[in-house]
Amino acid sequence: MRCAVAIVGAAETTELGKIPDLSQIQLHADAALNTLADAGLGLRDIDGLATAGESPTAVAHYLGIVPSWVDGTAVGGCSFMLHVRHAAAAIEAGLCTTVLITHGESGRSQVGRAGHSMSSASLVGQFEMPYGPMGPPTMFTLPVLRYMKEYGIGEADLARVAVIQREWAAMNPRASYRDPISIEDVLESRMIAYPFRKLMCCLVTDGGGALILTSAERAKDLSTSPVYVVGSGEAVETPMVSQMEDFTSSRAFRLAGQAAFASSGIAHADVDHLMIYDAFAHLPLYGLEDLGFVKRGEAAAFVRDRNTAPGGALPLNTNGGGLSYMHSGMYGMYALQESVRQLRGRAAAQVKEASISLCLGVGGMFGASGVVILSNEIL
Amino acid sequence: MTAPKRPLPQPTPETAHFWNGTLEGELRLQRCTSCEESYFPPRPFCPSCGTRDVEVYPASGRARLYSYVINHRAMPGFESPYAIAVVELEEGPRMMTNIVECPQTPEALVLDMELEVAFQTMSDEITLPLFKPRSPAAETSE
Ligand SMILES: [Zn+2]
Repeated sequence: MRCAVAIVGAAETTELGKIPDLSQIQLHADAALNTLADAGLGLRDIDGLATAGESPTAVAHYLGIVPSWVDGTAVGGCSFMLHVRHAAAAIEAGLCTTVLITHGESGRSQVGRAGHSMSSASLVGQFEMPYGPMGPPTMFTLPVLRYMKEYGIGEADLARVAVIQREWAAMNPRASYRDPISIEDVLESRMIAYPFRKLMCCLVTDGGGALILTSAERAKDLSTSPVYVVGSGEAVETPMVSQMEDFTSSRAFRLAGQAAFASSGIAHADVDHLMIYDAFAHLPLYGLEDLGFVKRGEAAAFVRDRNTAPGGALPLNTNGGGLSYMHSGMYGMYALQESVRQLRGRAAAQVKEASISLCLGVGGMFGASGVVILSNEIL
Repeated sequence: MTAPKRPLPQPTPETAHFWNGTLEGELRLQRCTSCEESYFPPRPFCPSCGTRDVEVYPASGRARLYSYVINHRAMPGFESPYAIAVVELEEGPRMMTNIVECPQTPEALVLDMELEVAFQTMSDEITLPLFKPRSPAAETSE
């Protein structure tokens, strides 16, 4: 049921960026403690726990929580959108009353972080790794030349996404990069994986964030202004980017978006504020189209017309995004934090009278997606 | 000192026919005997309809360049910059590969260009299916 569950606590780690003095599990804890303080709750109030990157067992033990419900769904950077969706269902079903969702990632400093290793016998190991992909900059980006050919967009259209997000970041004291950049600056930055240059790729930083959810009924007794879960959706497609059904559109984005809109009952025109996980500059273009805000192939023109820029009709990635704000590896938590800040009226680049925010996450290389629609009013 | 090698696949029972095929100079695909759908990567059932009645067959080796990136960072076993490509096989499925016998530049790597498989021996056990621009001779022999 829409608006039956609310986010009543939301906070990031005290520091963001370069945090060599905290290990990854302590980033989870730092974010969790800040979020408990935000909600005016204590560890004993938490009876549900969801996390990714670390196991729920490890985080529960480290924090001293004894949960009656856990969710370790780990489908990459959008895992936290799925956690919100699952937590809302669990609270409604009576499996628990108050869920803590934690994220912490020592993406830059690599303190206490388990290494990733891909088995050479997995399908990715057999049919992708022998051809030399080096992580997300060479895999997430692989579909884009087909998209560019199909819709006739150029490298400047990719660059413009980064330029406009920097405009948002310039207003945010916590953003890693705040100096204005031009399309020329982006197109002259170092080539990473053609057609992607450094300023079209996300940051690599340390940080964390956490959320607390409870029933709308219990939220009335808490001091924070609740942010209601209005709708949500989730989808998975493939662990192999080379096997995406359609290189010009993400099936996971489309299905998660459709489910979120259907469960919320809202229309696109009702959305005041939008977050689209931007590990790379093409993702907001795919997201705008796959969520149905514009028709296929029209996103670049929509961005060029400054609809997503400060002062535009559809403010997008208002924290500066993964391109300029921060990106520890699983960015979805920071996108959710910005949606909550906007709906609480506490964002650095506040969108006036923002009441409904939609937040799209991606996991893997277009492998999974989660969409959450939030509101500061019961709809 | 030998040069660092690229990561090589470790075949599994479900993929052995594919890697045995490349060793023998054949690009082997699978197709469903009821819905006739060709698919990739290998698995012993049809991902469209679920039947286990599938067959292995040799593909033509012809493909077109579907999408790619050109990696400019250093990677063991590769000489940067090099293209990581996805090709669409004539039979339908797409696969990741590298493009050889072609400059690794946006000017030379044109989407939809015609390609053909070029087997490259990496070890006693593994031969990789890479692709090269299709030669005019191959065009006329069709
Ligand atoms: Zn079939």
